[in-house]
Amino acid sequence: MGHEMTAPLVVFFVLAALAVIGAISLIRQKHPIHSALSLIVVMVALAGLYLLLGAEFVAAVQIIVYGGAIMVLFVFVIMLLNAGVEEHTSISKMAGAPGLLLVVALAAFVAATIARSADRIQTTSQAGEMSSTLGISSMIFKEFVYPFELTSFLILVAVLGAIVLAQREKI
Amino acid sequence: MNSFLSTNAELIITVVKIALLLFIVLTVNAYLTWFERKVVAHIQSRWGPHRVGPHGLLQPLADGVKFLFKEDPTPAGVDKFIYYLAPLLALALAMTAIALIPFGPDPIRLFGHDIYLGIAPPDVNIGILALFAITAMGVYGVTLAGWSSNNKYSLLGGLRSSAQMISYELAMTMSVVGVLLMAGSFNLKKIIEAQAHHPEWGIFGWNILPQILGFFCFFVAAIAETNRAPFDLPEAESELVAGFHTEYASFKFAMFFIAEYTSMITVSCLCSIMFFGGWLSPFPASWTFTHYVPSAVLILFGLWVIWDGFRYETIFGRMILPVIGFVFAGLGAVFIASSRVNEFIQAPFWLLFKILFFLFVYVWMRGTLPRFRYDQLMAFGWKLLLPLSIANVIVTSFVILAKMTWGTK
Repeated sequence: MGHEMTAPLVVFFVLAALAVIGAISLIRQKHPIHSALSLIVVMVALAGLYLLLGAEFVAAVQIIVYGGAIMVLFVFVIMLLNAGVEEHTSISKMAGAPGLLLVVALAAFVAATIARSADRIQTTSQAGEMSSTLGISSMIFKEFVYPFELTSFLILVAVLGAIVLAQREKI
Repeated sequence: MNSFLSTNAELIITVVKIALLLFIVLTVNAYLTWFERKVVAHIQSRWGPHRVGPHGLLQPLADGVKFLFKEDPTPAGVDKFIYYLAPLLALALAMTAIALIPFGPDPIRLFGHDIYLGIAPPDVNIGILALFAITAMGVYGVTLAGWSSNNKYSLLGGLRSSAQMISYELAMTMSVVGVLLMAGSFNLKKIIEAQAHHPEWGIFGWNILPQILGFFCFFVAAIAETNRAPFDLPEAESELVAGFHTEYASFKFAMFFIAEYTSMITVSCLCSIMFFGGWLSPFPASWTFTHYVPSAVLILFGLWVIWDGFRYETIFGRMILPVIGFVFAGLGAVFIASSRVNEFIQAPFWLLFKILFFLFVYVWMRGTLPRFRYDQLMAFGWKLLLPLSIANVIVTSFVILAKMTWGTK
């Protein structure tokens, strides 16, 4: 291979390590707030990786939607319910063994896939068409307009459902 | 040594710019506290700070020293890591946001390098989106501070803050879509350039006239996002002691304070850039005599400070105030003397002028409006601002569509 450690590569490894550490910490932390914070670290690290690929718009939206709105809601709910430290029952301890097995299986599968297609993976993939806002919007509103509209319809149904649940007594 | 300097020139310039901007922002923050106390005092028929230095001008220095030397106790039962992380997060994010603001269109040529005013290069394509991303993260500072303090008042403050942020962020983002549609870009520099399409229109070419609804929504939502009066429910002192920063003392408290003031500056920058033409002069481009307005303003202000200084009560004031006035008047004289400097100074002058104006509006509103009740706050955000900003987007896009279809261009 003989890759030089260029600046983008260094940044990639830092962000990737951050994402992995955040993900592990998300599972290992005992307190819900700490877990939520770890998840935020993962989101921000992923946004950095998108930025490295030249997908500026996706990176910004990743932080605004996931890092900002959704995680704020998570933290808000955890704080509101005053969720305490996670409790370990005997079943949850037993679940560790099959979980570990699954992790090993998944890692092996991913490694095998990468090894099989190593020669076909391009080393640098600038996001090209998908990077600019114009590219994304023309994709959404021309090529994938029906799936996009269906998704918004789904979200509308979910919003209505939430309102019905919240206002059950009044209706 | 020389080769090191030339190969790393970009890096060195950026580091120097960061240090300079930090220094300027922190100084402006300090004097913003003085400005706010003075203006609010005069609104309420008081004098405000006037003991430390002439007109209380050394009060920020005294406050800073006090913040540094006060005892900094950590309350029992706090979540230590998050308790220390929260003020850091708030300050770091507020400072990062201001690094994305361009302060002038033309670079200074120094040692063979083009040095732009502002840290980020002016061609950041997602300028405004990146800013929203940073402000979206900014809520964690306040929320986590409230949660980690192990105090009911703090927790309530943190909860209020996160609910408020979620409610107003939507309206804030929607309200600028009109501006983005008119400029066709997320780039802050291009947004300003789009407002200069008709150089002879001056102030009437800015976004404020077609986007006045968007401006209203944006400014109100931005005040709510920065937790300022009349939306300062997270720290409502009459109900929550001090809200989210009840348990913070000394410099950790100062960090929240600096973060809040820095966000105020960022919002003022955004308002002037997106709706008030940024660094564009309010006069038509052919009125070249208006290029002496910055000099005139500086000289008049300097002369006024000198005149005021000679009549000041204390000897210290009689000594120091004329010197300050002389510096301002001298700056104005330099701009008149050198036409090149004068041309360069136009853009930053108008931008700073507008930023100062919006900072004044911030303080003015705090001195005028009473705090909202919590349900009023929520109803205002969801039932008024959000529909208004969405209507603004729809109307703007239809007008642009009509222009494209039947327009003369």
